[in-house]
Amino acid sequence: MINLFEARETNKMISEENLDVRTITMGISLLDCIDSKLDKVNVKVYDKITTMARNLVQTGEDISREFGIPVVNKRISVTPIALVGGAACKSPEDFVSLARTLDRAAKEVGVNFIGGYSALVSKGMTKADENLIRSIPAAMAETERVCSSVNVGSTKTGINMDAVKLMGEIVKQTAENTREQDSLGCAKLVIFCNAPDDNPFMAGAFHGVTEADAIINVGVSGPGVVKHALTKVRGKDFEVLCETIKKTSFKVTRVGQLVAQEASRRLGVPFGIVDLSLAPTPAIGDSVAEILEEIGLESVGAPGTTAALALLNDQVKKGGVMASSYVGGLSGAFIPVSEDQGMIDAVNAGALTLEKLEAMTCVCSVGLDMIAIPGDTKPTTISGIIADEMAIGMINQKTTAVRLIPVIGKGVGETVEFGGLLGYAPVMPVNQFSCDAFVNRTGRIPAPVHSFKN
Amino acid sequence: MKKTIITVVGKDTVGIIAKVCAYLAENQVNIEDISQTIVKGYFNMMMITDASRSEKDQGVMAEELEKLGEEIGVSIRCQHEDIFNMMHRI
Repeated sequence: MINLFEARETNKMISEENLDVRTITMGISLLDCIDSKLDKVNVKVYDKITTMARNLVQTGEDISREFGIPVVNKRISVTPIALVGGAACKSPEDFVSLARTLDRAAKEVGVNFIGGYSALVSKGMTKADENLIRSIPAAMAETERVCSSVNVGSTKTGINMDAVKLMGEIVKQTAENTREQDSLGCAKLVIFCNAPDDNPFMAGAFHGVTEADAIINVGVSGPGVVKHALTKVRGKDFEVLCETIKKTSFKVTRVGQLVAQEASRRLGVPFGIVDLSLAPTPAIGDSVAEILEEIGLESVGAPGTTAALALLNDQVKKGGVMASSYVGGLSGAFIPVSEDQGMIDAVNAGALTLEKLEAMTCVCSVGLDMIAIPGDTKPTTISGIIADEMAIGMINQKTTAVRLIPVIGKGVGETVEFGGLLGYAPVMPVNQFSCDAFVNRTGRIPAPVHSFKN
Repeated sequence: MKKTIITVVGKDTVGIIAKVCAYLAENQVNIEDISQTIVKGYFNMMMITDASRSEKDQGVMAEELEKLGEEIGVSIRCQHEDIFNMMHRI
């Protein structure tokens, strides 16, 4: 039987160390909503989402109450809309009407985000893919809860540089279209390499075509729990450090597994995966940067940061994989700048730069995340940053992503406020040298030699 | 039958156990085990209970106990045992 000490430990993690289940995400396939008539697609999409997910929010709240664990977000991911709307949408405007439908459906069932306004173009773009991508700036400006992602590369296919170039322009245009809200639209747009089909985290979640009709994926969190555990092993060697992270990660992930099983059973939808990611929030004590500092850095960004992050990421996975029957999604440590108070402090102190963040993305999930850059950054420069990040993912056979916010009207040193879980961020400087001639070449970067494994 | 774990944490005062037990008795909840300790003036208690005969939903009970805790000045949580089993037992 459970003893007093164990019960106390669990409840302390919840009440004092910000342990929570970050998201229950229901993946819903919309492939059966395809139709050549746009109004029919809109009706089918709305009906399917509101039927499948009608009990999602209530179930999340019931589980939260009965087990005494906060379930912060309830969300939905859907089949990439470029595939669903391909037959009906003849223009970017047609796709925007689907975005509005997704937004309406999300509000009806009460989820705070719906992901899957996406196109998968790692090798080439169909006309529908291109129309969807060109509709993103309008869709992000007109909707509130819709999240968009575009996969522009993979280890197997190489990098679609035409799409990379286009996305630089789209990110900039999205920023322009939402300039009244500090370019918030860009916070809902992610560019991926090796995007996973079962990611429960926004803004990059979509329901892959290899998935079942509906599925429950759960993302756990708990940077605060790991940080707290590490305060007890200060000065100890790496073996003790790694053991501590592993054991803590195991405990945190078990909670995710429990919630995933319960949600799956109650909703009558199969359990997909638990995503082991350490996801920070702007709350004090819920920071990945603070873990790195507890490992022994004066500030995140100092020499040693990449090694410390590599170690953290690996131990989190080692502890987590045993705790869950199916692990998937992104599963690693997130390093979003605006959503992590420790990262924000490091940027303000001059300890953390865009280049160091890029190095850090080589050893963790996911990428350059929630980084505010000056609003006058050229689209080709944004494309260049995207290309660099995609190359890291392609060569290292991992998921990488870019979520940059060129804040229109703001420059280096100013602060941008997104609110809520998205937090706030100082605008970071970008290398001013041009990559125009590189980005303006057309075509794609071939797949690396180590992808030919057959 | 799955158990419900009730934990009480807070500054020690007269009558904490009495008030919690009175509530549980009113609601047909059977207490199977109690362990309790005081650390630096802080009261820590855990009860393993069987709430299968209670007419109240566990979620409702959790909310009512939380309110009762606020009245006494302690924190009371009422949770399904599985969250602890999952975390601490392989």
